[in-house]
Amino acid sequence: MLKFTIRRLLVTFPQLVVLSVLVFIMGSLMPGDALSGLIDPTIPREAIEAKREALGLNNPWYIQYRDWVFAMFQGDFGNSIFHQRPVLDVIGDRLLNTIWLSLFSTVLIYLLGLPLGLVSGRYNDSLLDTTITGYTYLGFATPQFIFGLVLLWIFGYNLGWFPTGGSVGPGIEPGTLDYVLSKMNHLVLPSFAIALIGLVGTVQYLRSGIIETKQKDFIVLARAKGVNESAVYNRHIFRNSILPIAAFFGYEIVALLGGSIFIEMIYSYPGMGRLFLDSISTRDFSVANVLILFYGFMAIVGALLSDIILSIVDPRIRIK
Amino acid sequence: MSEKLLEVNDLTTSFKIKGEYYPAVDHVSFSIKPNEVLALVGESGSGKSATAFSLMGLHTKARIEGEVRFQERELTELSTGKMNKIRGGDMSMIFQDPMTALNPLMKVKLQIMETLKLHGTKSKNERESYAVELLDKVGIPRPERVAEAFPHELSGGMRQRVVIAIAIANRPKLLIADEPTTALDVTIQAQILDLIRDLQDDLGSGVLLITHDLGVVAEMADRVAVMYAGQIVEVAPVRELFKNPRHPYTRSLLNSLPSEDMLGSKLHVIEGVVPPLNKMDRDGCRFAPRIPWVPASEHEDNPELREIAGDHFVRCTCYRNFHLNNEETAAESLETGTGGRA
Repeated sequence: MLKFTIRRLLVTFPQLVVLSVLVFIMGSLMPGDALSGLIDPTIPREAIEAKREALGLNNPWYIQYRDWVFAMFQGDFGNSIFHQRPVLDVIGDRLLNTIWLSLFSTVLIYLLGLPLGLVSGRYNDSLLDTTITGYTYLGFATPQFIFGLVLLWIFGYNLGWFPTGGSVGPGIEPGTLDYVLSKMNHLVLPSFAIALIGLVGTVQYLRSGIIETKQKDFIVLARAKGVNESAVYNRHIFRNSILPIAAFFGYEIVALLGGSIFIEMIYSYPGMGRLFLDSISTRDFSVANVLILFYGFMAIVGALLSDIILSIVDPRIRIK
Repeated sequence: MSEKLLEVNDLTTSFKIKGEYYPAVDHVSFSIKPNEVLALVGESGSGKSATAFSLMGLHTKARIEGEVRFQERELTELSTGKMNKIRGGDMSMIFQDPMTALNPLMKVKLQIMETLKLHGTKSKNERESYAVELLDKVGIPRPERVAEAFPHELSGGMRQRVVIAIAIANRPKLLIADEPTTALDVTIQAQILDLIRDLQDDLGSGVLLITHDLGVVAEMADRVAVMYAGQIVEVAPVRELFKNPRHPYTRSLLNSLPSEDMLGSKLHVIEGVVPPLNKMDRDGCRFAPRIPWVPASEHEDNPELREIAGDHFVRCTCYRNFHLNNEETAAESLETGTGGRA
């Protein structure tokens, strides 16, 4: 198990290097550089050239790349031109919001999705199953923002149970209980909007997993041992059916951490998705670059996480 | 008779096909005494496994009628909870395909310990050491290591030994072996059969051995019941059956066995196949369509199982003047107009 994890970790290193080179090259291929947008065009050319030299912008790309990587290792990700703050600070605020949102959504997805999938698979082709499956088809076909808008309209606008935007109420002192409650209150609608669509995949995977597993020979053997029905499902069928979900778990987390652009727009929630969109439309490339690197990094981590989770659940995966 | 371990009367197991029930096991009756091996023989689709599953109550969507008396209890009337106390305990089963019969995510020892726990071994340490002991008993080398292994780390023969260990864990009074060697290599088959026989001697349990391999029957069984299309067509002690087979189906089966003096000649086959459940003609002799050269007058309208000699039962009257197709003379085939095979 440990061996597997170490081996799997070693593989991620070259992936990270390739990723950073790609991001860097694509960044430098974009027209202009860090100075182009900042300087007054009336400044003499020699002065600009001197500044370029001083900032190392005239160095060959591999030197620049080295400096960039070294700076990142020291925690220096550059400054956001638009926000006039270090990139890390800008991302930090948003990342925290996104982590909360994705945490709430993930919990909701599995809290609602697993029981629905289990019931649907166990009593397949019953009325209950048809209803649940019908909902999943609806969910697959409906764009996320429709759910977001409908929830917003009913529970935010008409019933007024939950706030319609932002991540926290105005004028609340951070660190107080009110602050935490307000944060959570603001999370309810967006995380439900994400989860209600996000769970359809989980339900479908689990349902088909259970239907497939329950006719396997080892389930008959379990019954022949005298195992009662609920234990047959909980101990034998369920664990064999969640393999695809376990395999998907890492990616799911990462996708959520990337932020959901639609949901964040609808609920004007200050998360990563909106930051990414804004940084591109305002040409704030120092932020966009770091975000792309972050997404790539998370994708690699997600794959790693999925592999490790799967190897825990399924002994056949473990590398000897 | 109280010495009977299992008594099955008119067991009928029907499956639903397009809204209608069709019996795959049709009024089957037999009994097994303690320490007796009854072989249930027949082609694929003849209802052997369906019979075994009915005894164990493992069918999830079948309609089961008739009586299954096991140790003086009527199993068909038991609740699932009470049935769970019996299966895996006093009545257990060995399955056909060891490659799929074990839970791929559970260690071997846990799969054995589970059945021990369900049937009364209270202490966990006791269960664990007994699991290793059982693995040793079924002839697994280095049982401590195999106990910690997952099924995918074991060979087919090893896995079948684990399946057997699970089946005998609670010293069953009746062991149902559903084609226990079909999925195994020929070399392993003999070992597994020896193992089953040794364990049966040791436990003194009755065995219902389901197979289509007549070689296995000859080696293992005390009595044989031959099944065709959901019915038992002949029952006899094993020697009697091989020496004096009467029902056309039994004779055809034995005739299809390759033997030494047949070297170089064509293998005999029984024409046709067992008809599918929903297309089967349930009136008259069910084997009649596969022995078309036998005139209709030879068959009974409602064939019954009759004792024709001590402990030897045969269904239908068509056995009386029956001769195998390949024994026919040219004159006879001209006469009946049905012709023999070339």
